[in-house]
Amino acid sequence: MMNIFKKTILTVIVSFLLIGSAYAGKIKIGTEGAYPPWNSKDASGKLIGFEVELAWTLCRYIGQQCEIVEQDWDGMIPALIMRKFDAIMAGMSITAERQKAISFSQGYADEVASLAVMKGSSLEGMETSEGINLTTKTGAVKKDLKTLTGALAGKTVCVQTATIHQNFLESGDVGKVNVRTYKTQDEVNLDLAAGRCDAALAAAVAFSDYAEKSGKPVVLVGPTFSGGAFGNGVGVGIRKDDTDLLNAFNKAIDKARKNGDISRIAIKWFGFDASM
Amino acid sequence: MITSLPKLLSATVITLKLLSLSLFFGLFIGLLFAILRLNKNIFVNKFAYGYSYVFRGTPLLVQIFIIYFGLGQIEYFRSTFLWVVFKEPYWCAIIAFALNTGAYTSEILRSAFQTIKPGIIEAGKSLGISNKVIFYKIQIPVAIRQSLPAYGNEIILMMKGTSLASTVTLMDLTGVAKYIISTTFKPIEVFIVAGGIYLFMTFIIHNLIKFLEKKYSFN
Repeated sequence: MMNIFKKTILTVIVSFLLIGSAYAGKIKIGTEGAYPPWNSKDASGKLIGFEVELAWTLCRYIGQQCEIVEQDWDGMIPALIMRKFDAIMAGMSITAERQKAISFSQGYADEVASLAVMKGSSLEGMETSEGINLTTKTGAVKKDLKTLTGALAGKTVCVQTATIHQNFLESGDVGKVNVRTYKTQDEVNLDLAAGRCDAALAAAVAFSDYAEKSGKPVVLVGPTFSGGAFGNGVGVGIRKDDTDLLNAFNKAIDKARKNGDISRIAIKWFGFDASM
Repeated sequence: MITSLPKLLSATVITLKLLSLSLFFGLFIGLLFAILRLNKNIFVNKFAYGYSYVFRGTPLLVQIFIIYFGLGQIEYFRSTFLWVVFKEPYWCAIIAFALNTGAYTSEILRSAFQTIKPGIIEAGKSLGISNKVIFYKIQIPVAIRQSLPAYGNEIILMMKGTSLASTVTLMDLTGVAKYIISTTFKPIEVFIVAGGIYLFMTFIIHNLIKFLEKKYSFN
Protein backbone atom coordinates (compact mmCIF):
# COMPACT_ATOMS: atom_id res chain seq x y z
CA MET A 1 0.00 0.00 0.00
CA MET A 2 2.74 2.40 1.08
CA ASN A 3 4.65 1.47 -2.03
CA ILE A 4 1.81 2.53 -4.33
CA PHE A 5 1.50 5.80 -2.43
CA LYS A 6 5.21 6.53 -2.83
CA LYS A 7 5.12 5.64 -6.51
CA THR A 8 2.19 7.97 -7.13
CA ILE A 9 3.96 10.86 -5.42
CA LEU A 10 7.12 10.20 -7.39
CA THR A 11 5.21 10.07 -10.68
CA VAL A 12 3.53 13.38 -9.91
CA ILE A 13 6.85 15.02 -9.05
CA VAL A 14 8.58 13.67 -12.16
CA SER A 15 5.74 14.76 -14.43
CA PHE A 16 5.83 18.26 -12.95
CA LEU A 17 9.56 18.42 -13.62
CA LEU A 18 9.00 17.29 -17.20
CA ILE A 19 6.29 19.89 -17.76
CA GLY A 20 8.56 22.51 -16.22
CA SER A 21 11.44 21.74 -18.52
CA ALA A 22 9.19 21.66 -21.58
CA TYR A 23 8.10 25.22 -20.81
CA ALA A 24 11.56 26.49 -20.02
CA GLY A 25 12.20 27.59 -23.61
CA LYS A 26 9.16 29.80 -23.79
CA ILE A 27 9.41 33.57 -23.55
CA LYS A 28 6.65 34.91 -21.38
CA ILE A 29 5.43 38.37 -22.36
CA GLY A 30 3.31 40.45 -19.97
CA THR A 31 0.60 42.77 -21.25
CA GLU A 32 -2.32 44.61 -19.67
CA GLY A 33 -5.12 43.72 -22.06
CA ALA A 34 -7.03 46.88 -21.16
CA TYR A 35 -5.50 49.70 -23.22
CA PRO A 36 -7.00 49.55 -26.68
CA PRO A 37 -5.80 49.77 -29.36
CA TRP A 38 -2.36 48.94 -27.94
CA ASN A 39 -3.56 45.82 -26.16
CA SER A 40 -7.03 44.68 -25.15
CA LYS A 41 -9.36 41.70 -25.11
CA ASP A 42 -12.11 40.65 -27.47
CA ALA A 43 -15.57 39.59 -26.31
CA SER A 44 -14.39 36.02 -25.69
CA GLY A 45 -11.55 37.20 -23.43
CA LYS A 46 -8.79 36.55 -25.99
CA LEU A 47 -5.93 39.07 -25.92
CA ILE A 48 -5.83 41.21 -29.06
CA GLY A 49 -4.35 44.51 -30.18
CA PHE A 50 -1.29 46.05 -31.80
CA GLU A 51 1.18 44.72 -29.24
CA VAL A 52 -0.29 41.23 -29.08
CA GLU A 53 0.05 40.84 -32.83
CA LEU A 54 3.51 42.45 -32.79
CA ALA A 55 4.60 40.13 -29.97
CA TRP A 56 3.81 37.04 -32.06
CA THR A 57 5.72 38.54 -34.99
CA LEU A 58 8.79 39.34 -32.85
CA CYS A 59 8.73 35.85 -31.36
CA ARG A 60 8.77 34.39 -34.86
CA TYR A 61 11.90 36.43 -35.65
CA ILE A 62 13.53 35.43 -32.36
CA GLY A 63 12.71 31.83 -33.19
CA GLN A 64 11.37 30.89 -29.82
CA GLN A 65 7.96 29.95 -28.51
CA CYS A 66 6.08 32.65 -26.63
CA GLU A 67 3.27 32.90 -24.19
CA ILE A 68 1.37 36.14 -23.53
CA VAL A 69 0.45 36.72 -19.91
CA GLU A 70 -2.06 39.19 -18.54
CA GLN A 71 -1.03 41.51 -15.72
CA ASP A 72 -2.65 44.56 -14.10
CA TRP A 73 -0.92 47.76 -15.12
CA ASP A 74 0.04 48.96 -11.63
CA GLY A 75 1.94 45.73 -10.90
CA MET A 76 3.58 45.38 -14.29
CA ILE A 77 7.21 46.26 -13.43
CA PRO A 78 7.25 44.43 -10.06
CA ALA A 79 5.84 41.34 -11.81
CA LEU A 80 8.65 41.48 -14.39
CA ILE A 81 11.28 41.85 -11.67
CA MET A 82 9.77 38.94 -9.75
CA ARG A 83 10.00 36.78 -12.89
CA LYS A 84 6.29 36.24 -13.46
CA PHE A 85 7.19 36.92 -17.09
CA ASP A 86 10.30 37.89 -19.07
CA ALA A 87 9.24 40.91 -21.12
CA ILE A 88 6.68 43.73 -20.99
CA MET A 89 4.78 44.82 -24.08
CA ALA A 90 2.04 46.99 -22.66
CA GLY A 91 2.21 50.42 -24.28
CA MET A 92 4.94 51.23 -21.78
CA SER A 93 6.86 54.37 -22.71
CA ILE A 94 10.60 54.45 -22.22
CA THR A 95 11.25 56.92 -19.38
CA ALA A 96 14.30 57.65 -17.26
CA GLU A 97 12.38 56.77 -14.10
CA ARG A 98 11.47 53.28 -15.35
CA GLN A 99 14.98 52.75 -16.70
CA LYS A 100 16.24 52.87 -13.12
CA ALA A 101 14.36 49.61 -12.50
CA ILE A 102 14.37 47.80 -15.85
CA SER A 103 15.94 47.91 -19.34
CA PHE A 104 14.08 48.77 -22.50
CA SER A 105 14.58 47.57 -26.04
CA GLN A 106 14.67 50.18 -28.79
CA GLY A 107 11.29 51.81 -29.28
CA TYR A 108 8.89 50.09 -31.67
CA ALA A 109 6.06 52.62 -31.70
CA ASP A 110 5.33 56.14 -30.61
CA GLU A 111 2.10 57.96 -30.27
CA VAL A 112 1.13 61.32 -28.82
CA ALA A 113 -0.85 61.99 -25.67
CA SER A 114 -3.78 64.36 -25.47
CA LEU A 115 -6.33 65.83 -23.11
CA ALA A 116 -9.94 64.87 -23.68
CA VAL A 117 -13.20 66.41 -22.47
CA MET A 118 -16.90 65.82 -23.06
CA LYS A 119 -18.50 67.92 -25.79
CA GLY A 120 -19.73 71.22 -24.40
CA SER A 121 -16.98 71.52 -21.79
CA SER A 122 -15.62 74.97 -20.99
CA LEU A 123 -12.16 73.64 -21.87
CA GLU A 124 -13.19 73.22 -25.50
CA GLY A 125 -11.72 75.77 -27.86
CA MET A 126 -8.54 76.29 -25.84
CA GLU A 127 -6.16 78.32 -27.99
CA THR A 128 -2.92 76.34 -28.29
CA SER A 129 -0.69 74.97 -31.00
CA GLU A 130 -1.37 71.57 -32.59
CA GLY A 131 1.27 69.75 -30.64
CA ILE A 132 4.19 70.39 -28.29
CA ASN A 133 7.40 68.49 -27.67
CA LEU A 134 8.49 68.90 -24.06
CA THR A 135 12.09 67.81 -24.57
CA THR A 136 13.15 71.38 -25.37
CA LYS A 137 11.00 74.01 -23.75
CA THR A 138 10.95 76.67 -26.44
CA GLY A 139 8.97 79.88 -26.17
CA ALA A 140 6.02 78.36 -28.01
CA VAL A 141 5.96 75.35 -25.66
CA LYS A 142 6.12 77.61 -22.59
CA LYS A 143 3.26 79.70 -23.96
CA ASP A 144 1.06 76.62 -24.40
CA LEU A 145 1.92 75.32 -20.93
CA LYS A 146 0.89 78.69 -19.52
CA THR A 147 -2.45 78.54 -21.35
CA LEU A 148 -2.98 75.01 -19.99
CA THR A 149 -2.05 76.06 -16.45
CA GLY A 150 -4.71 78.78 -16.56
CA ALA A 151 -7.38 76.54 -18.10
CA LEU A 152 -6.78 73.56 -15.78
CA ALA A 153 -6.49 75.49 -12.50
CA GLY A 154 -8.74 73.86 -9.90
CA LYS A 155 -9.98 71.29 -12.43
CA THR A 156 -10.08 67.53 -11.85
CA VAL A 157 -8.02 65.67 -14.44
CA CYS A 158 -8.30 61.89 -14.55
CA VAL A 159 -5.48 59.53 -15.55
CA GLN A 160 -4.53 55.90 -15.25
CA THR A 161 -2.23 55.33 -12.29
CA ALA A 162 1.55 55.07 -12.69
CA THR A 163 1.55 56.39 -16.25
CA ILE A 164 3.57 59.07 -18.03
CA HIS A 165 0.33 61.04 -18.04
CA GLN A 166 0.16 61.06 -14.25
CA ASN A 167 3.85 62.00 -14.06
CA PHE A 168 3.30 64.94 -16.40
CA LEU A 169 0.34 66.32 -14.42
CA GLU A 170 2.31 66.02 -11.18
CA SER A 171 5.48 67.54 -12.65
CA GLY A 172 4.21 71.08 -12.09
CA ASP A 173 4.41 71.96 -15.79
CA VAL A 174 0.70 72.78 -15.79
CA GLY A 175 0.51 74.16 -12.26
CA LYS A 176 -1.54 72.57 -9.53
CA VAL A 177 -4.26 70.36 -10.96
CA ASN A 178 -6.44 67.98 -9.02
CA VAL A 179 -5.18 64.61 -10.31
CA ARG A 180 -7.44 61.60 -9.89
CA THR A 181 -5.92 58.18 -10.61
CA TYR A 182 -7.62 55.01 -11.84
CA LYS A 183 -6.55 51.41 -12.14
CA THR A 184 -7.48 51.10 -15.81
CA GLN A 185 -8.10 53.40 -18.77
CA ASP A 186 -11.63 51.96 -19.04
CA GLU A 187 -12.46 53.44 -15.65
CA VAL A 188 -11.00 56.81 -16.68
CA ASN A 189 -13.27 56.78 -19.76
CA LEU A 190 -16.33 55.84 -17.67
CA ASP A 191 -15.80 58.68 -15.21
CA LEU A 192 -15.03 61.18 -17.95
CA ALA A 193 -18.37 60.29 -19.58
CA ALA A 194 -20.14 60.39 -16.20
CA GLY A 195 -18.91 63.95 -15.65
CA ARG A 196 -16.76 63.21 -12.60
CA CYS A 197 -13.65 64.38 -14.48
CA ASP A 198 -13.34 67.83 -16.00
CA ALA A 199 -10.76 66.37 -18.36
CA ALA A 200 -8.70 63.22 -18.85
CA LEU A 201 -5.18 62.68 -20.16
CA ALA A 202 -4.02 59.56 -22.03
CA ALA A 203 -2.80 58.39 -25.41
CA ALA A 204 -4.88 60.24 -28.01
CA VAL A 205 -5.84 56.92 -29.64
CA ALA A 206 -7.20 55.58 -26.35
CA PHE A 207 -9.84 58.35 -26.42
CA SER A 208 -10.66 58.10 -30.11
CA ASP A 209 -11.02 54.33 -29.70
CA TYR A 210 -13.41 54.85 -26.78
CA ALA A 211 -15.42 57.57 -28.57
CA GLU A 212 -15.80 55.32 -31.59
CA LYS A 213 -16.85 52.22 -29.66
CA SER A 214 -19.13 53.86 -27.09
CA GLY A 215 -20.60 56.61 -29.25
CA LYS A 216 -19.97 59.09 -26.41
CA PRO A 217 -19.16 62.68 -27.42
CA VAL A 218 -15.53 62.66 -26.25
CA VAL A 219 -13.40 65.35 -27.91
CA LEU A 220 -9.67 66.00 -27.82
CA VAL A 221 -8.60 69.47 -26.68
CA GLY A 222 -5.37 71.41 -26.36
CA PRO A 223 -2.06 70.41 -27.91
CA THR A 224 -0.81 66.85 -28.32
CA PHE A 225 2.11 66.03 -26.05
CA SER A 226 5.39 64.24 -26.68
CA GLY A 227 8.94 64.20 -25.33
CA GLY A 228 10.00 65.18 -21.81
CA ALA A 229 7.87 63.42 -19.19
CA PHE A 230 6.15 61.54 -22.04
CA GLY A 231 9.27 59.49 -22.72
CA ASN A 232 10.89 58.32 -25.93
CA GLY A 233 8.48 55.95 -27.54
CA VAL A 234 7.21 52.58 -26.43
CA GLY A 235 9.64 49.68 -26.07
CA VAL A 236 9.87 46.16 -24.69
CA GLY A 237 10.62 46.16 -20.95
CA ILE A 238 13.17 43.54 -19.90
CA ARG A 239 14.98 42.71 -16.64
CA LYS A 240 18.35 44.44 -16.34
CA ASP A 241 20.35 41.19 -16.05
CA ASP A 242 18.63 39.64 -19.09
CA THR A 243 20.94 41.09 -21.76
CA ASP A 244 20.57 38.08 -24.10
CA LEU A 245 16.84 38.57 -24.33
CA LEU A 246 17.29 42.33 -24.74
CA ASN A 247 19.62 41.76 -27.72
CA ALA A 248 17.23 39.21 -29.19
CA PHE A 249 14.33 41.65 -29.02
CA ASN A 250 16.40 44.51 -30.46
CA LYS A 251 17.40 42.35 -33.43
CA ALA A 252 13.82 41.13 -33.91
CA ILE A 253 12.53 44.72 -33.89
CA ASP A 254 15.16 45.67 -36.50
CA LYS A 255 13.99 42.84 -38.74
CA ALA A 256 10.30 43.56 -38.22
CA ARG A 257 10.86 47.21 -39.03
CA LYS A 258 12.87 46.44 -42.17
CA ASN A 259 10.23 44.02 -43.44
CA GLY A 260 7.48 46.56 -42.81
CA ASP A 261 5.73 44.39 -40.22
CA ILE A 262 5.53 47.07 -37.53
CA SER A 263 4.05 49.66 -39.91
CA ARG A 264 1.55 47.14 -41.28
CA ILE A 265 0.35 46.06 -37.84
CA ALA A 266 0.27 49.66 -36.59
CA ILE A 267 -1.91 50.82 -39.49
CA LYS A 268 -4.22 47.87 -38.87
CA TRP A 269 -4.81 48.77 -35.20
CA PHE A 270 -4.25 52.55 -34.98
CA GLY A 271 -5.46 53.61 -38.40
CA PHE A 272 -2.12 55.37 -38.98
CA ASP A 273 1.56 54.44 -38.93
CA ALA A 274 2.64 54.75 -35.30
CA SER A 275 5.79 52.67 -35.82
CA MET A 276 9.24 54.02 -35.03
CA MET B 1 10.94 51.79 3.32
CA ILE B 2 11.40 54.42 6.03
CA THR B 3 10.90 57.29 3.60
CA SER B 4 7.48 55.95 2.64
CA LEU B 5 6.26 55.92 6.24
CA PRO B 6 5.08 59.57 6.52
CA LYS B 7 3.05 59.21 3.30
CA LEU B 8 1.51 55.97 4.54
CA LEU B 9 0.69 57.47 7.93
CA SER B 10 -1.09 60.46 6.44
CA ALA B 11 -3.05 58.04 4.24
CA THR B 12 -4.00 56.15 7.41
CA VAL B 13 -5.95 59.26 8.46
CA ILE B 14 -8.15 58.84 5.35
CA THR B 15 -8.62 55.16 6.17
CA LEU B 16 -9.66 56.03 9.73
CA LYS B 17 -12.06 58.71 8.48
CA LEU B 18 -13.67 56.25 6.08
CA LEU B 19 -13.90 53.64 8.82
CA SER B 20 -15.37 55.86 11.51
CA LEU B 21 -17.98 57.49 9.26
CA SER B 22 -19.01 54.13 7.79
CA LEU B 23 -19.34 52.60 11.24
CA PHE B 24 -21.29 55.62 12.50
CA PHE B 25 -23.88 55.46 9.71
CA GLY B 26 -23.72 51.67 9.64
CA LEU B 27 -24.65 51.40 13.30
CA PHE B 28 -27.80 53.48 12.78
CA ILE B 29 -28.73 51.50 9.69
CA GLY B 30 -28.03 48.27 11.56
CA LEU B 31 -30.13 49.25 14.56
CA LEU B 32 -33.01 50.39 12.35
CA PHE B 33 -33.04 47.20 10.31
CA ALA B 34 -32.64 44.98 13.39
CA ILE B 35 -35.79 46.58 14.82
CA LEU B 36 -37.57 46.16 11.47
CA ARG B 37 -36.56 42.50 11.46
CA LEU B 38 -38.32 42.02 14.81
CA ASN B 39 -41.48 43.67 13.47
CA LYS B 40 -44.51 41.37 13.22
CA ASN B 41 -45.62 42.88 9.90
CA ILE B 42 -44.53 40.41 7.24
CA PHE B 43 -43.76 43.07 4.58
CA VAL B 44 -41.58 45.15 6.90
CA ASN B 45 -39.90 41.99 8.10
CA LYS B 46 -39.23 40.64 4.60
CA PHE B 47 -37.96 44.02 3.41
CA ALA B 48 -35.40 44.14 6.20
CA TYR B 49 -34.47 40.53 5.56
CA GLY B 50 -34.06 41.21 1.84
CA TYR B 51 -31.71 44.12 2.52
CA SER B 52 -29.41 42.13 4.76
CA TYR B 53 -29.60 39.13 2.41
CA VAL B 54 -28.49 41.18 -0.62
CA PHE B 55 -25.71 43.10 1.12
CA ARG B 56 -24.32 40.08 2.93
CA GLY B 57 -24.63 37.90 -0.13
CA THR B 58 -22.63 40.03 -2.57
CA PRO B 59 -18.95 41.04 -2.42
CA LEU B 60 -18.20 44.51 -1.07
CA LEU B 61 -16.12 45.21 -4.18
CA VAL B 62 -19.16 44.59 -6.40
CA GLN B 63 -21.28 46.86 -4.19
CA ILE B 64 -18.79 49.72 -4.31
CA PHE B 65 -18.43 49.35 -8.10
CA ILE B 66 -22.20 49.39 -8.62
CA ILE B 67 -22.60 52.46 -6.41
CA TYR B 68 -19.64 54.35 -7.92
CA PHE B 69 -19.35 53.33 -11.59
CA GLY B 70 -22.82 51.78 -11.99
CA LEU B 71 -24.99 54.67 -10.82
CA GLY B 72 -22.76 57.15 -12.65
CA GLN B 73 -23.74 55.51 -15.93
CA ILE B 74 -27.42 56.33 -15.55
CA GLU B 75 -28.05 59.66 -17.23
CA TYR B 76 -31.28 60.32 -15.35
CA PHE B 77 -29.55 59.70 -12.02
CA ARG B 78 -26.89 62.28 -12.88
CA SER B 79 -29.60 64.93 -13.32
CA THR B 80 -31.03 64.43 -9.82
CA PHE B 81 -29.88 66.27 -6.70
CA LEU B 82 -28.40 62.97 -5.41
CA TRP B 83 -25.58 63.36 -7.93
CA VAL B 84 -24.00 66.07 -5.77
CA VAL B 85 -23.24 63.34 -3.23
CA PHE B 86 -22.65 60.43 -5.61
CA LYS B 87 -20.29 62.45 -7.79
CA GLU B 88 -17.68 62.28 -5.03
CA PRO B 89 -15.76 59.00 -4.68
CA TYR B 90 -15.43 59.71 -0.95
CA TRP B 91 -19.18 59.64 -0.32
CA CYS B 92 -19.75 56.72 -2.66
CA ALA B 93 -17.26 54.72 -0.63
CA ILE B 94 -18.85 55.69 2.67
CA ILE B 95 -22.35 54.88 1.38
CA ALA B 96 -21.20 51.46 0.14
CA PHE B 97 -19.33 50.68 3.37
CA ALA B 98 -22.17 51.91 5.61
CA LEU B 99 -24.78 49.85 3.74
CA ASN B 100 -22.54 46.80 3.90
CA THR B 101 -21.62 47.04 7.56
CA GLY B 102 -25.24 48.04 8.32
CA ALA B 103 -26.43 44.70 6.94
CA TYR B 104 -24.03 42.72 9.12
CA THR B 105 -24.72 44.91 12.16
CA SER B 106 -28.47 44.39 11.76
CA GLU B 107 -27.95 40.62 11.91
CA ILE B 108 -25.65 40.90 14.92
CA LEU B 109 -28.14 43.10 16.79
CA ARG B 110 -31.17 41.01 15.77
CA SER B 111 -29.66 37.85 17.18
CA ALA B 112 -28.68 39.79 20.31
CA PHE B 113 -32.28 41.00 20.75
CA GLN B 114 -33.57 37.47 20.30
CA THR B 115 -31.22 36.01 22.87
CA ILE B 116 -32.24 38.44 25.62
CA LYS B 117 -33.56 36.32 28.48
CA PRO B 118 -37.37 36.77 28.76
CA GLY B 119 -36.87 37.02 32.53
CA ILE B 120 -35.23 40.43 32.23
CA ILE B 121 -38.19 41.85 30.29
CA GLU B 122 -40.67 40.21 32.64
CA ALA B 123 -38.84 41.71 35.61
CA GLY B 124 -39.28 45.15 34.02
CA LYS B 125 -42.96 44.52 33.37
CA SER B 126 -43.57 43.36 36.94
CA LEU B 127 -42.16 46.66 38.13
CA GLY B 128 -44.76 48.41 35.99
CA ILE B 129 -42.31 49.88 33.49
CA SER B 130 -43.90 50.67 30.10
CA ASN B 131 -42.98 48.62 27.02
CA LYS B 132 -41.33 51.64 25.42
CA VAL B 133 -39.04 52.27 28.37
CA ILE B 134 -38.26 48.56 28.64
CA PHE B 135 -37.18 48.62 24.98
CA TYR B 136 -34.95 51.69 25.26
CA LYS B 137 -33.62 51.21 28.77
CA ILE B 138 -33.35 47.43 28.98
CA GLN B 139 -33.50 45.69 25.60
CA ILE B 140 -31.23 48.00 23.59
CA PRO B 141 -28.44 48.26 26.22
CA VAL B 142 -28.48 44.51 26.88
CA ALA B 143 -28.50 43.75 23.15
CA ILE B 144 -25.55 46.06 22.57
CA ARG B 145 -23.60 44.38 25.36
CA GLN B 146 -24.49 40.93 23.99
CA SER B 147 -23.32 41.88 20.52
CA LEU B 148 -19.98 43.43 21.53
CA PRO B 149 -17.74 40.44 20.66
CA ALA B 150 -19.40 39.93 17.26
CA TYR B 151 -19.47 43.65 16.57
CA GLY B 152 -15.78 43.95 17.39
CA ASN B 153 -15.13 41.43 14.65
CA GLU B 154 -17.29 43.43 12.28
CA ILE B 155 -15.27 46.60 12.99
CA ILE B 156 -12.04 44.78 12.15
CA LEU B 157 -13.56 43.30 8.97
CA MET B 158 -14.79 46.76 7.96
CA MET B 159 -11.38 48.30 8.62
CA LYS B 160 -9.85 45.82 6.20
CA GLY B 161 -12.75 46.43 3.82
CA THR B 162 -11.86 50.12 3.54
CA SER B 163 -8.84 49.05 1.48
CA LEU B 164 -11.31 48.74 -1.42
CA ALA B 165 -11.68 52.54 -1.39
CA SER B 166 -8.55 52.63 -3.53
CA THR B 167 -10.52 51.02 -6.37
CA VAL B 168 -12.63 54.17 -6.65
CA THR B 169 -9.66 56.58 -6.81
CA LEU B 170 -9.43 57.33 -3.07
CA MET B 171 -5.90 57.55 -1.73
CA ASP B 172 -6.38 55.55 1.46
CA LEU B 173 -3.63 53.44 3.05
CA THR B 174 -3.81 50.77 0.36
CA GLY B 175 -4.14 53.35 -2.41
CA VAL B 176 -1.02 55.22 -1.31
CA ALA B 177 0.89 51.95 -0.80
CA LYS B 178 0.07 50.99 -4.39
CA TYR B 179 1.08 54.44 -5.59
CA ILE B 180 4.45 54.24 -3.83
CA ILE B 181 5.01 50.78 -5.31
CA SER B 182 4.22 52.09 -8.78
CA THR B 183 7.05 54.61 -8.49
CA THR B 184 9.60 52.59 -6.49
CA PHE B 185 8.75 49.12 -7.88
CA LYS B 186 9.34 47.63 -4.42
CA PRO B 187 6.09 45.87 -3.51
CA ILE B 188 7.25 43.68 -0.63
CA GLU B 189 8.71 46.39 1.61
CA VAL B 190 5.83 48.82 1.14
CA PHE B 191 3.10 46.21 1.60
CA ILE B 192 4.80 44.98 4.78
CA VAL B 193 4.77 48.51 6.23
CA ALA B 194 1.13 49.02 5.17
CA GLY B 195 0.21 45.60 6.57
CA GLY B 196 1.92 46.54 9.84
CA ILE B 197 -0.20 49.69 10.12
CA TYR B 198 -3.40 47.68 9.53
CA LEU B 199 -2.26 45.18 12.15
CA PHE B 200 -1.63 47.96 14.65
CA MET B 201 -5.14 49.34 14.07
CA THR B 202 -6.56 45.85 14.62
CA PHE B 203 -4.61 45.65 17.87
CA ILE B 204 -6.15 48.93 19.11
CA ILE B 205 -9.71 47.99 18.09
CA HIS B 206 -9.36 44.52 19.57
CA ASN B 207 -8.22 45.86 22.93
CA LEU B 208 -10.84 48.59 22.98
CA ILE B 209 -13.61 46.01 22.50
CA LYS B 210 -12.06 43.77 25.14
CA PHE B 211 -12.02 46.68 27.56
CA LEU B 212 -15.68 47.48 26.85
CA GLU B 213 -16.65 43.82 27.25
CA LYS B 214 -15.04 43.76 30.67
CA LYS B 215 -16.52 47.07 31.70
CA TYR B 216 -20.07 46.06 30.83
CA SER B 217 -19.72 42.44 31.90
CA PHE B 218 -22.77 40.97 33.66
CA ASN B 219 -20.71 39.39 36.39
